Amino acid sequence: MKVAYWPGCVSRGFTPELHGSMAKIAPLLDIELVELDRASCCGAGVIAEHNQELADTLNARTFALAQQTGNAMMMNICSTCQGSQTECQERLDANAEYRAIVNENLRDEGLTYEKGGTLNKNLLWLIVEDIGLDEIRSRVKRPLTDLKVGPFYGCYIVRPMDRLGIDADRPRDAYLGMLIDALGGTVIDYAGSHKCCGFPIITMNKEASLKQAGRHLGDAVDADADCLVTPCPLCHLNLDLQQPLAERLAGRDLGMPVLHLPQLLGLAFGLEPKELGLNRHVVKPTSVIDWSESVVASV
Amino acid sequence: MAEFTLKLRRYDPESGQPPYWDEHTIDLEPHRSVLEGILQAKARFDGSIGIRCSCRAAICGSCGVRINGQPGLACHTHLDKARASSQDGTTIVVEPMGNMPIIKDLIVDMDAVHWKKVQRITPWLINKEPIPEREYIVPHENMVDVTQTMACIQCGACVSDCLSMEVDPLFVGPAALAKAYRFVGDPRDAQQEARLRDLSEDPHGIYDCTHCFKCIDACPKGVAPMNQIMRLRRRAGSDFGIEDRNNGHRHEKAFVTNIRKNGLLHEADLLPDSYGGKLHPRAVPELLDSLPVITTALLRGKFTPAKALRHPHRKEFKNLRGYFDKVEGRDQRLELNLYITGYDEDAEPPADDTQAAPEQGEPGRAPEESPSR
Repeated sequence: MKVAYWPGCVSRGFTPELHGSMAKIAPLLDIELVELDRASCCGAGVIAEHNQELADTLNARTFALAQQTGNAMMMNICSTCQGSQTECQERLDANAEYRAIVNENLRDEGLTYEKGGTLNKNLLWLIVEDIGLDEIRSRVKRPLTDLKVGPFYGCYIVRPMDRLGIDADRPRDAYLGMLIDALGGTVIDYAGSHKCCGFPIITMNKEASLKQAGRHLGDAVDADADCLVTPCPLCHLNLDLQQPLAERLAGRDLGMPVLHLPQLLGLAFGLEPKELGLNRHVVKPTSVIDWSESVVASV
Repeated sequence: MAEFTLKLRRYDPESGQPPYWDEHTIDLEPHRSVLEGILQAKARFDGSIGIRCSCRAAICGSCGVRINGQPGLACHTHLDKARASSQDGTTIVVEPMGNMPIIKDLIVDMDAVHWKKVQRITPWLINKEPIPEREYIVPHENMVDVTQTMACIQCGACVSDCLSMEVDPLFVGPAALAKAYRFVGDPRDAQQEARLRDLSEDPHGIYDCTHCFKCIDACPKGVAPMNQIMRLRRRAGSDFGIEDRNNGHRHEKAFVTNIRKNGLLHEADLLPDSYGGKLHPRAVPELLDSLPVITTALLRGKFTPAKALRHPHRKEFKNLRGYFDKVEGRDQRLELNLYITGYDEDAEPPADDTQAAPEQGEPGRAPEESPSR
């Protein structure tokens, strides 16, 4: 499958292991990535907060660039990109007159956003809906036997449900659990899986921000999770990079490794932890999980 | 008629006993409400079940509860739909709302949290002087603009599940802040700037919202409190230039400037710039506090000092600045509020259907017809 690929900013910034691990697993999933290297930041909700038309223009530009590649499918690897871009796309698609105003903004670069021309999906959605979990199961080389994984979605990929097209037929808010199961792991049900990591207010109210991260990590520890997995690099920043500070606020040791979605897939597909960049995490997954022997068992 | 199983969370703080679950099978037509189910259980099996209700028509906002973990009105949720959304496909689980103390069973103390927070935002109009001899004349579009917040029935469903309030009980919260926009957006109000300054400077005010969308999904009336909070931020930051002590507006400006300059986010600049710049007195303690994190990230090779300090300005992003200049240079911000305008039925709207509304909103489709309801 060939897709226009939008990696986002943070996957190439402070979580380079996410971008790297996606590149490693793409061939194993038969996904051909056509990277949108001219596309700009989605705005992460902040640009929309500042000026809606500006955020809509930047994302319409990204969709137009995706359409230029000739691929109807655009794939992202960031919950926040998914949510921010879907919000803009909802407005662009809802109103022809507004779309015309935004397209007028894009005219100087010769770009146009056409309604319905871009289907934007996070890797998680693409895996479940377009590749299929049976196919994933058949490609597992090293099942995650006995590995207890807690899903952590990130707000932007689960709410608002209407906008994101989540319903009984497409339970996108349950896909992470279904995928962990397909990879042979045990899904850990804990209170924080669909809650906010706190990242958006890290510069405004650091205490409240890190209390959120610390609480969810603590809930995962209490539910006996070995690690968390997230499709959101911004959540990863608060849950992993900031975990030592979150521990301080939570008043307890956490030591909870947090994996990026492509890393978990890569492990199950038989790749080595190091080539997936697991050594770059602040809380090293190897500190609590013995990847070599029992937990991720060999077939 | 059909049978439904209700699992109710029971708790009487005065009894000294811990909470417990109580199951009842009730008999009602599937389109009847969860509230009617609870009232039948109360009438038939146990008169001591505590539930607050009045209008039974989603107008009074009394019967806010959590149904299968989701906040909403018991009278506005059909039994068949509640059963379909239950975890095991049969048992409808009803709990009291969160973030508020329980008085008894499904009744929470709205006074202690919700109403206190509403009072916090001065929930009445402060007249502009001089008072006109006859009525104030308000442009129609201004009233349409605040329509969405006026749809609030004060049920507390958004307060129940607010994730910021969960860790920061002092957060003013979604319902009260949506109410604040009711007056900030009203041209008759004399204290718009003072209101915004107050709610920006409060460390638990508009910049304490973590943007989690919980309140948008919780609201049974389509008020979208989070969207109202973002509008308050736009009014405070862009219209009144309020530089709050919480770095809220500075963070927004730093982010927008960062993307204008770099195209992609350069995180190493964003953090210090949100505090006023790398050497600003506000930034230094923050950076020192983050030093252990920065050091670990460097040791792990997440980034290199060169990557953190230098950021190549790629020429493919040069055109971006034009967009920023054009859009930000408009006399009035454009804002499309789908609650007011609704959605095009076809790709091409009727020629006379003006739907791209300016910031203040414009009459479009009546809210009652909006799909969000």
